[in-house]
Amino acid sequence: MKTVEENQDMWELRLYVAGQTPKSMTAFANLKKLCEEHLEGKYKIEVIDLLKNPQLAKGDQIFAIPTLVRKLPEPLKRVIGDLSNTERVLVGLDLRPLKE
Amino acid sequence: MTKIKSNLKSPEGLPKCQTGIRGLDEITDGGIPKGRPTLLCGSAGCGKTLMAMEFLVRGAAQFNEPGVFMSFEESSEELTQNVASLGFDLNDLIARNKMYIDQVRIERSEIEETGEYDLEGLFIRLNHAIDSVGANRVVLDTIESLFGGLANEGILRAELRRLFRWLKEKGVTAIITGERGEKMLTRHGLEEYVSDCVILLDNRVEGQISTRRLRIVKYRGSSHGTNEYPFLIDEKGISVLPITSLGLQHDVSTERISSGIPRLDTMMGGEGYYRGSSILVSGTAGTGKTSIAAHFANAACSRDEKCLYFAFEEAPSQITRNMRSIGIDLEPWIEQGLLDIYAVRPTIYGLEMHLVKMYKMVMDFKPKVVIIDPVTNLIAIGSDTEVKSMLARLIDFLKANQITALFTNLSHAGGTLEQTEFGISSLMDTWLLLRDIELGGERNRGMYILKSRGMAHSNQIREFLLTDNGIDLIDVYIGSGGVLTGSARAAQEAQEKASELMRTEEIERRKRELDSKSKALEAQIIALRSEFDAAQEEVNKLTQQEEMQEKAQAGVGAEMRRLRKADASSADDARGKK
Repeated sequence: MKTVEENQDMWELRLYVAGQTPKSMTAFANLKKLCEEHLEGKYKIEVIDLLKNPQLAKGDQIFAIPTLVRKLPEPLKRVIGDLSNTERVLVGLDLRPLKE
Repeated sequence: MTKIKSNLKSPEGLPKCQTGIRGLDEITDGGIPKGRPTLLCGSAGCGKTLMAMEFLVRGAAQFNEPGVFMSFEESSEELTQNVASLGFDLNDLIARNKMYIDQVRIERSEIEETGEYDLEGLFIRLNHAIDSVGANRVVLDTIESLFGGLANEGILRAELRRLFRWLKEKGVTAIITGERGEKMLTRHGLEEYVSDCVILLDNRVEGQISTRRLRIVKYRGSSHGTNEYPFLIDEKGISVLPITSLGLQHDVSTERISSGIPRLDTMMGGEGYYRGSSILVSGTAGTGKTSIAAHFANAACSRDEKCLYFAFEEAPSQITRNMRSIGIDLEPWIEQGLLDIYAVRPTIYGLEMHLVKMYKMVMDFKPKVVIIDPVTNLIAIGSDTEVKSMLARLIDFLKANQITALFTNLSHAGGTLEQTEFGISSLMDTWLLLRDIELGGERNRGMYILKSRGMAHSNQIREFLLTDNGIDLIDVYIGSGGVLTGSARAAQEAQEKASELMRTEEIERRKRELDSKSKALEAQIIALRSEFDAAQEEVNKLTQQEEMQEKAQAGVGAEMRRLRKADASSADDARGKK
């Protein structure tokens, strides 16, 4: 997790996983790589293991694992899957609204 | 797969979970399969969510089995509001940890799918929900929403299969709702995964009247009713009507109850109807069917028995007013709660719904006597066969509960009177036929008992009069021109009275004649007797004279002998002997 001083460009991301499954690991690795590429220095990733905190699933409407939730900036966005399709992740996170 | 443990075994060996929904447990022979998922499918608006919710609420309230409601459509607030109208207080159940509601919101526009995933999150949520209240019952409503929210159907199907297996392993009794599909039971073929028990709900509109129906499509390992059963959603929840026309094994009573018309009781062996029998009163318009029904209601209430009166033509106040005019006051019975008049237009519901409604009212009110006036109006909302089957079921139900039922039937003028519109007469135990007798420019009412099973009954037509004191049955005159009623009967009566008078006068006269004749003879006898007496006297006189003469002669003789100096002793002897 990376801590940066807060500003309005700050990206707050949450990755929901259920234990250390291969899919979760892949997702985290993909996310990390993507953030470094596109959001260097202005992102925060929180990994939530639902096996440990099952009650948190309800709040963010999690049903699929893994799920990436963009808490900030608004609006809330959800991306499910192991994030292997980078293009789609970027679209899902509004990092690249349209393909260049 | 783990075996579900249960010590609650039904005779078939399949443990069941009582739903608590009225009627459903009877159809399913004890409830839905315990510890297994049941699929509840139907098109939109047929009551899936409500039925599923009632399953949970009843479970929590009646069987102390907490439940989890996982909604994929409505929010917790919406659900709470929706079922509040049925008298379910979800907030209270949630506060007491008897219920857990979790809304899974899936918005396709908010979700981007990026590669491999599974629905473990859903499992975790469900597991958490189940564990937090210790749930035995789970509802997933409607899990098919996932198909709308997620693009990868392959993953979804695999996960659903896993979900149902997981539910079974968890040992919870689950209801999964599904939208009705075109060719399949559910739009996405959920029946493929949930194969233990499938219940289909249906809401059909026929003749602008909608009727909800329920059918058990399959129930593995258990016997169940296979028909379509109508069900009702009202302020107390869902009632399914188990139409148990399975047998005719109800107990019969030999108790007799009065019809409320003494003369009618006399016609039926002096005792009236059998308790628990069904009575049909048929006749054309204005023959007094409702009056007979009111008499019966009045008699029942007088015996302190409850009576439920289904009026399909008149409002309760109209019935009470009209019946007051023939001396029957139903008002006090209504006030005492012995009589309930339920007036409703037949066209308001479908036939099945009427049946469910009646069934429910009978269950709630627990009457001893039920009156349906007139049954004919139901024909407006169903075909002959439907009405007949409905009535057959109704009669069966009433008989099984030892309720005496009186049906009135409006026959069409011109048709054969001995025929009911939908051949229900064969279902009836007693059939009273009211008929108009037109004679001499007037219309009078006649009544006879067409049949009455199991009792001796009069075969005569009675004239039927509506008086200020109720119904009066009187004998009719049978003349050469047929049956005489009304003024013709009165005329006949007057005529007979006149001739009777004449006859008695004639007899009087003859009597007097004979009297005087005998008197004359008597006088004659007296005269003759006096004549005879006179003659007798004459005879006596003559005899006396003769004796005196003899005496005198004898005296003269003695004197002569004395003078002739006859032997004195012999003369003394002769004197002494006399």
